[in-house]
Amino acid sequence: MAGLTIGFLRRACETERTEHEVSPMPTLTINGQRVVAPEGATILEAARAAGIAIPTLCHHPDLSNVGACRMCVVTVEKARGLQTACTTPVAEGMVVHTHSADAVATRRFVLEMLLSDHPNACMTCEVNGACELQDLVYEYGVAWPQHKGSRHTYPVDPDPNPFIVIDRNKCILCGRCVRACAEIQNRDIWSFAFRGFETKLVAGADQPLLEAGCESCGQCVAYCPTGALFDRMSVGKGRIGQVTRVRTVCSYCGVGCQIDLHVRRDGGRGRIVRVTGAADAPVNGLALCVKGRYGYDYVHSPERLTRPLVRAKWLDPDELAQRVGDNRWSVIGDADKRRSPVTGHDSPISPDTFIAVDWDTALDVVARKLAAEKAAHGGDSFAMLASAKCTNEENFLFAKFARQLMTTNNIDHCARL
Amino acid sequence: MTNTIRDITEQSRAIFVIGSNTTEQHPVIGIKVRRAKRRRGAKLIVADPRRIDLAEIADLYLRQRPGTDIALLNGIMHVILREGWHDADFIARRTEGFEELTATVARYTPEVAAEITGVPAADIEAAARLLAENRPAALLYAMGITQHKVGVANVLACANLQMLLGNLGVPGGGVNPLRGQNNVQGACDMGGLPNVYPGYQPVTSPEARAKFEAAWGVPLSDRVGLTVTEMFDAAERGRVRCLYIVGENPMTSDPDLRHVQHALEQTEFVVLQELFFSETAAYADVILPAASFAEKEGTVTNTERRVQRVRKAVEPPGEARADSWIITELAQRLIALGAATPDPAAPWSAWPHRPAEAIMAEINALTPSYAGITYRRLEAGEPLHWPVPNESHPGTPILHRERFTRGLGRFVAVDYVPPAELPDEQYPLIMTTGRVLYHWHGGEMSRRAQGLLAVYPEALVEVSPTDAQRLGIGDGDPVRLVSRRGAIEAKAWVTDRVNRGLVFATFHFPEQAANWLTSGEHLDPTAKIPALKVTAVRLERAGDGNR
Ligand code: SF4
Ligand code: SF4
Ligand code: SF4
Ligand code: FES
Repeated sequence: MAGLTIGFLRRACETERTEHEVSPMPTLTINGQRVVAPEGATILEAARAAGIAIPTLCHHPDLSNVGACRMCVVTVEKARGLQTACTTPVAEGMVVHTHSADAVATRRFVLEMLLSDHPNACMTCEVNGACELQDLVYEYGVAWPQHKGSRHTYPVDPDPNPFIVIDRNKCILCGRCVRACAEIQNRDIWSFAFRGFETKLVAGADQPLLEAGCESCGQCVAYCPTGALFDRMSVGKGRIGQVTRVRTVCSYCGVGCQIDLHVRRDGGRGRIVRVTGAADAPVNGLALCVKGRYGYDYVHSPERLTRPLVRAKWLDPDELAQRVGDNRWSVIGDADKRRSPVTGHDSPISPDTFIAVDWDTALDVVARKLAAEKAAHGGDSFAMLASAKCTNEENFLFAKFARQLMTTNNIDHCARL
Repeated sequence: MTNTIRDITEQSRAIFVIGSNTTEQHPVIGIKVRRAKRRRGAKLIVADPRRIDLAEIADLYLRQRPGTDIALLNGIMHVILREGWHDADFIARRTEGFEELTATVARYTPEVAAEITGVPAADIEAAARLLAENRPAALLYAMGITQHKVGVANVLACANLQMLLGNLGVPGGGVNPLRGQNNVQGACDMGGLPNVYPGYQPVTSPEARAKFEAAWGVPLSDRVGLTVTEMFDAAERGRVRCLYIVGENPMTSDPDLRHVQHALEQTEFVVLQELFFSETAAYADVILPAASFAEKEGTVTNTERRVQRVRKAVEPPGEARADSWIITELAQRLIALGAATPDPAAPWSAWPHRPAEAIMAEINALTPSYAGITYRRLEAGEPLHWPVPNESHPGTPILHRERFTRGLGRFVAVDYVPPAELPDEQYPLIMTTGRVLYHWHGGEMSRRAQGLLAVYPEALVEVSPTDAQRLGIGDGDPVRLVSRRGAIEAKAWVTDRVNRGLVFATFHFPEQAANWLTSGEHLDPTAKIPALKVTAVRLERAGDGNR
């Protein structure tokens, strides 16, 4: 019933704004507290700046305000009816009560209406513990309604999109995804189709996201207050209480978006289970692109190299035979210079066979060879490619290594490519 | 970038994007450009041989022929000067060389520029008017400007335009290169370049050399080193015998892969430090397993010179180790072997294992532009854009505010020269290269991200409808692209993103990498950047067999 509810309430509570004088820094009173706010600020902004909480659902500070959900209603003295704090501008002399009996009753009614058309699925929901609807239902102590009215049964996960899972049964039609796509990503993929109870969130002309021109940025997921939109790669991987967040920088392009890695740490080396932007990330805020948000799983790829590899010809033959014999080194494959090695290959060792060795052996092989070549052919016979994917500190060390120890300026990286 | 992402996207009245496919390559800047246009009404001018996504919403889209940027920019400047729209006050106070510029651009009437670029003269006039009427304008560029034989001249032409309009040193203006990889800026800043120490202190400067000799306790080489492309040439000729490659995959990302392949085969000893058994790994003698960004501490510097913290979230797999640990171990061994004998009395001569924060202390001491960038300040959330000359300096979000680094900004007039490799009868098309939204560089990371690969599983070559029809190529058909150096096969995407005579290919997929076709011969004489954006090719239906 959520759609109908919102439409109905909006009409029922249609406001008439009282005329107030215009002043550059209007002073108003909220819950008996004097508050000064810049002109043009909404009641919500003025209240939050003063540390006074007003609940919201369709509002998000990064997005335009549409006044759709009516969670934020407040009583304004001398105004007729309740006002939506997220859309009502402050005015000189306004007297606001955020938790009047009327306001609280309306909020409870809104929540009851939303729950009446919401699956009772918090137990298995991905956003349990991080759901704005759940938090408000908890705060206002709303009980699960004895169900009578009609309820939607949309198919769960109808879109094959590799990044985004849609569950319209959990959608409260707040429109934050619609605005996130339009105002943050500046695409216009999402919209509401049909009216009243039939109101439904659709991509394009009710198409799969990718066909509708979606860029897979996940902005809509980031701004969804419920579990209606979620990151597919993170499904079943751990909910908010099971992860720790580590703030770092995206490893792809030079924009420098800050990201939170959500890490599950039950034993082992830890696993990244989700990536999100962050409200206080200076460049990007909550926004990311598809690579930054959904391109992280290479970190846990089974193809990661896990042991140093040295071609057999650089190893001492006696030691090689002994170490392979006692299984401390292993034969990875007989690759010539053109072919990838075949793991677990059992053929006899050729000079070009890659052997997985211990670090000391690998480092000694490299150091001895570099030292010998420098002595015989001079430092300029050495060249190094540093990495645009490594940190500043590491690149500093690479350049120092080449210059201080190999006595050459032959160091570059792929800045030009 | 001379300016920050925020001031460009929030304060510019016009944005001029040239040679940058921003929404795919720097997506989050791309969405802010779209937002500036849509929400703020900033004027958007896009100049690109391909009809990239931003072109669709541009106030003015200029489709110049590949490699003709200088003629286009000179043409726009011609109109600005003709109409007296230049910022005479800025030019008088802040610049020199104006007469030289005037003389040169005088030759580039809109008609002359139109002839060279293929952009209608009226559009060149319109671009000049838009820029004149909407100040400040920010100019954004990327590899579409730099990867040419005239890459440096292209950049100079961009700077000339912005100085002419007085768009430098102001919020919402600037000449703003968008840097590719996440720390390409930092790798340059830290001296990962053959001609400079950290902080761009020249290796040829006796003072700079003396400073680093004193710090590191060894005599240093005064010869400028080799660039990437020169390294492979030298390796092929046996002059470079040991190559140490960290986190790069030249076997997809470098021009003329057959040449790179041959050079790697010729090299006596190749060490590769990597996450994966990359295409380059097949040519390595030793492969050292490295930690990914999520497995180590440090800092990186983004395209707007902002230094930010990278933090360890998970342990590396197996025995993989952080790059700093590996290089420190090797350094200790080289010193023990007597390959170098740093004077222990020099303050930064030794190679103890150090946390990243302690390495930053050495960077602070030796790199003036990073002197005030400390972990304490970064952890406190201070936004630090270099140069940050000391610990109390707030950083420099906008460069060239009061003065240019060299005092007066110098107009360096540049002339159009045709691209090095022009089409001929055998190779009648021009291929330009780039990247797509769903992949990254040589694809080492993005091809191992399941979702990205699912959406974009194989290389596509963009072919114009006209060329496709002429050659009997349908959308999705396998095609072969052949250049003087090699051939690749991939699927065709028939699209009017490219004009007749132009094809576009990527290097995300090793077998189908455009770099089997590109040339490493035509370098910009100063920056040594290869001319990757213009390669003469022939397009065939795959399977026709007339190789
Ligand atoms: S993923 Fe991005 S482009 Fe796609 S619908 Fe969501 S916000 Fe819009
Ligand atoms: S999907 Fe989420 S953000 Fe979009 S309307 Fe539904 S509840 Fe709101
Ligand atoms: S999230 Fe996208 S735009 Fe941001 S740094 Fe990563 S790759 Fe670049
Ligand atoms: S938050 Fe104000 S109406 Fe929804």
